[in-house]
Amino acid sequence: MSQLIWNGLFVGSFYALVALGYSMVYGVIKLLNFAHGDLYMLGAFSGFAMLGVLGGLVQSQSLLALLLVLVATMAVTGLAGVALERVAYRPLRGAPRLSLLITAVGASFALEYGTRIVAGPNPKVYQVRLGGTSMEVFGARVTVQQLVLVAIAIVLMAALNWLVMRSRQGRAMRAIALDPKAARLMGVDVDAVIARTFFIGSALAGAAGVMAGGYYGKIDFLMGFIIGLKAFTAAVIGGIGNMQGTMLGGLLLGLLESFGTDWLGGQWRDVFAFGCLILFLTVRPTGLLGERVTERV
Amino acid sequence: MSAVENRPVDGGPPVKPVRGRGPSLVTRLLESRRLGWGGLALALAAPLVIATPYALNVMTSAAIFVMLAVGLNIVVGYCGLLDLGYAAFFAVGAYTSGVLATELGLPLLATVPIVVVVTVLAGIVIGAPTLRLRSDYLAIVTLGFGEIIRICANNLEITGGPSGIYGIPGLWGDALGPAGFYYATVLIVALAVLLAARLGRSRLGRAWRFVREDEDAAEAMGVHTYKVKLAAYIGGAIWGGLAGVLFAAQLSAISPASFTFLWSALVLMAVVLGGMGSTPGVVIGAIVISLAPELLRGLADYRFFVFGVLLIMVMIVRPQGLWPHRSRETPHTAARSGEAAE
Repeated sequence: MSQLIWNGLFVGSFYALVALGYSMVYGVIKLLNFAHGDLYMLGAFSGFAMLGVLGGLVQSQSLLALLLVLVATMAVTGLAGVALERVAYRPLRGAPRLSLLITAVGASFALEYGTRIVAGPNPKVYQVRLGGTSMEVFGARVTVQQLVLVAIAIVLMAALNWLVMRSRQGRAMRAIALDPKAARLMGVDVDAVIARTFFIGSALAGAAGVMAGGYYGKIDFLMGFIIGLKAFTAAVIGGIGNMQGTMLGGLLLGLLESFGTDWLGGQWRDVFAFGCLILFLTVRPTGLLGERVTERV
Repeated sequence: MSAVENRPVDGGPPVKPVRGRGPSLVTRLLESRRLGWGGLALALAAPLVIATPYALNVMTSAAIFVMLAVGLNIVVGYCGLLDLGYAAFFAVGAYTSGVLATELGLPLLATVPIVVVVTVLAGIVIGAPTLRLRSDYLAIVTLGFGEIIRICANNLEITGGPSGIYGIPGLWGDALGPAGFYYATVLIVALAVLLAARLGRSRLGRAWRFVREDEDAAEAMGVHTYKVKLAAYIGGAIWGGLAGVLFAAQLSAISPASFTFLWSALVLMAVVLGGMGSTPGVVIGAIVISLAPELLRGLADYRFFVFGVLLIMVMIVRPQGLWPHRSRETPHTAARSGEAAE
């Protein structure tokens, strides 16, 4: 029982981290960035490449090396996200929603198969494998590495929450989310803020990618597809566009999956998660903490 | 100020009334109604030119792909709803007919009514909760639905698990050779294309386009947008399911690996590239996309990357597609708008 809860919380913190990027971008420009899961994949691959460069340090100080790589990867995926926004999404701002969604699908495709061209179609095995010592906490088997990863996730989420809720930058984001035109009239540089939003969201996804690579050990160019879907599910459960809701949604989805797997068997895990998504959209489309938004014409 | 303010909200260029000059010869040729018959004749004559089993197989696949694209065009092109799990309906159709045919020993054609019922049900299950929400939700839920169907096919016993089902009989038992099957497919697909095109010009079709252009305005003018959207979604589901029956008949074996997201994305690519809402455009798009791997065999690795980039570029540079739909003004309404202008 407590093992199930711990597993759920652990996986859920990954989901929450990826879902936050989704939710932020959606909150600010009302765009579902399909390529978000692929930025996670990109993070895993760039982390892989950097670990290859670091070489010797990886063997002696694997956790330190992973932390260094984590920070560098966040910068790389963050910039990739900004580039994506600049090339694919900005020219279409104000275009019909369908065009934007199709562009996002195209971007996702281009990232996936671009990575495939560069890195090859076969899965890669991470140089660092966080296995390690485990201990018993309330009857659940917990490894130190899991604790470290969860701690990193919590730190990143807390930092994000501070950024959005307390800083000047975050106020600008929330202003744009409310009304882009009015924000522009008040002197907010809308384009710059949106670019920064993409940077932060993509950086979080990249961080999650490196962590997943270090924990699961195997990465491939399609790994972002399912996690992108799961992140969206988490965001919808919590209330898309709402930071705390998204974090809550991620953890909740992790728990749901953990118990669902125990109940139905591992091969039904994804079906169970998407079933929950459809159920939530039917019963409570705004999510747990989302507010009902009336669309103005 | 950036370009955001200068664009109209719906993104289309401002419409200027064109006077004096009628459509050019090429345009008139491309708009001609006889074009469809020409295309059908071409498809029927193709086996006279090349009739190796391989070529027939490729052409049959292309015809089935055309049917899928025309079906998705109802959802994406006419109604403007993004469906990213279209392969799910394709799979539902193929599996329903395959399971029924092998378990009960029926010819595939006899399973068609049940396939229609099952795909309509599947369309309602997915469409009913999500079509009330913003269109973005539909896109992701359909993506999830595609995965659900694939995983179910992979895990269930009745669908044969990962190895799928095999030994599916042809349309009328095994009486047709490959050439006969090709002709049957072409005729069925032609009928499907014709029906979809006529549906697009019907009262319902006009309502779809209205919803696509401006949902709120449509609602205000008395269009029941939810019902209309659900109708489009179910229409797409039926077309996809029937294409699945043809697919099962062609391959005589189906497995979950045939119904991945890649399929949905390729069909979407065909619709977007050809021109959303334009029947000839979508048909040509589907033929190009389905023949591309045969023609570009050496570039297999780059193919999907190019597709992705192409999707972005089409949306930025030419969102209406290569062969866009032009709405035709009937003489009656033309006369009326002329009066109104004077």
